[in-house]
Amino acid sequence: MGRPITPFLWLLFSVGGTVSALLFPVHLFLTGLAIPLGWIDPPRYEALIGLLRHPITRLYLFVIIAFPLVHWAHRFRYTLYDGLQIKHLTALIVVFCYGAALVGSAAAAYLLWNIP
Amino acid sequence: MPATVALAVARYRPEEEPAPTLQTYEVPFREDWVVLDALNYIKDRLDGSLSFRWSCRMGVCGSCGMKVNGTPVLTCAAFLSEHLPGPIRVEPLDYFPVVRDLVVDLSDFMRKLKKVKPWILREEEKPLAEGEYRQTPDQLDAYKQFSMCINCMLCYSACPIYGLEPSFIGPAAIALAQRYNMDSRDQGARERLEILSGYDGIWQCTFVGECTKVCPKNVDPAGAIQQYKLTSAVHWLKTLLPWGAR
Ligand code: SF4
Ligand code: FES
Repeated sequence: MGRPITPFLWLLFSVGGTVSALLFPVHLFLTGLAIPLGWIDPPRYEALIGLLRHPITRLYLFVIIAFPLVHWAHRFRYTLYDGLQIKHLTALIVVFCYGAALVGSAAAAYLLWNIP
Repeated sequence: MPATVALAVARYRPEEEPAPTLQTYEVPFREDWVVLDALNYIKDRLDGSLSFRWSCRMGVCGSCGMKVNGTPVLTCAAFLSEHLPGPIRVEPLDYFPVVRDLVVDLSDFMRKLKKVKPWILREEEKPLAEGEYRQTPDQLDAYKQFSMCINCMLCYSACPIYGLEPSFIGPAAIALAQRYNMDSRDQGARERLEILSGYDGIWQCTFVGECTKVCPKNVDPAGAIQQYKLTSAVHWLKTLLPWGAR
C-alpha cells in the first residue's frame, strides 16, 4: 500500500464495483427471473448469436467480466490481509488475486474474440 | 422498570494490577440517566477511586467516549434504559493505551492531527484592509459537516484497520484534513496531499464504514476518506500526463 500503483488499482476497483452494482442486477433479472419465469419471451438462438457477433456486444461483455474480476481481486486481497491477518504473504496474495483476475479477463477476451 | 441496574466497569490500576479487570457496581436505575450519570453516582457514592473523563454532559466536548456493551459511544448520550437489563459493560475505547480505568491516552491522535495541518493555509494572506474572506452558503456547506468533529475518538475505536495498523492516520484526522481542503479560503490541499496519500493515509482504509456508523456528530469520516481517494486517484492520473501535476 502507498506504492504509486495503489490509486490505479483503486480506480479499477471502483469501476468494477460500479459496473457490477449497476449492470449485474439487470442481467440477473433478465436471465435469472424474467426469461425462466416466462415474463418475457426468450430470444431465439439466431437473434442471440447475431447480437453476440457484434463488436459492441463483445466489448460490453468484456467490460462486465473483466472489471468486476479486478474488483473481486482487490476486495479479496484485503479480505485475506485483514480477515485472516496474513499480510506477511503479500507477494503471494497479490499474485494470486490480481493473477486470477488477469487470467479470467484473458480467458473472457479469448472466448469473446473467437465467437464463431 | 428495575429499581437498580448493574454496571460492569473496567478497572485498571497499573500500580496494583498487571491487567484490566471488571468490577461490578449496583446503581439506582432512573429513566433519565445516561451511563455517565451512573459512573458519576459510582464515583460520588460507591467508589471514589474510579477514573474517567467527562466535561460537558451534552455531547459537545467529546471527552466521555467509552465502550458500552462493546460499542463505542458518548456515555453522556447513552441512556441506561437502552441497555437493560444489564449488567451494562463499560470499558475504555479500543486501540488506545489505557492510562487508568476508563481513561485512555490520546497522544497518538494528537500527533497525527498536527501532521494533516488542520488549519487554514494561505499562500499569501490578503491585506487586512481588504476585509474578511467571504463565503457563500454553498461554499460553507462543502466542509461544514466535517467541521462538526468533536475529537471524541469513537471512530478510531470502531476502526479495525486502526487496530491492525496503528500508524494509520485514521478517520477523524482525515475528515479534519478534508474540512480544510474543502474550505474555499484554504490553499493548503497540496501540502496535505503527501501525508494523506502516503503509506499511512487514505489507502490503508478498506471502507469498513464503522467510523461513520459510530460518529455521534454525523461527520461521515468514511465519506471523507472515499472522497479523498477519488481526489488522490485523479491527482495520480494527472501525474502520468507529460504536462501533468507533480
Ligand atoms: S469523526 Fe465523529 S467519531 Fe470521529 S472523532 Fe470526530 S466526532 Fe468523534
Ligand atoms: S461529556 Fe462532553 S461529550 Fe459527553
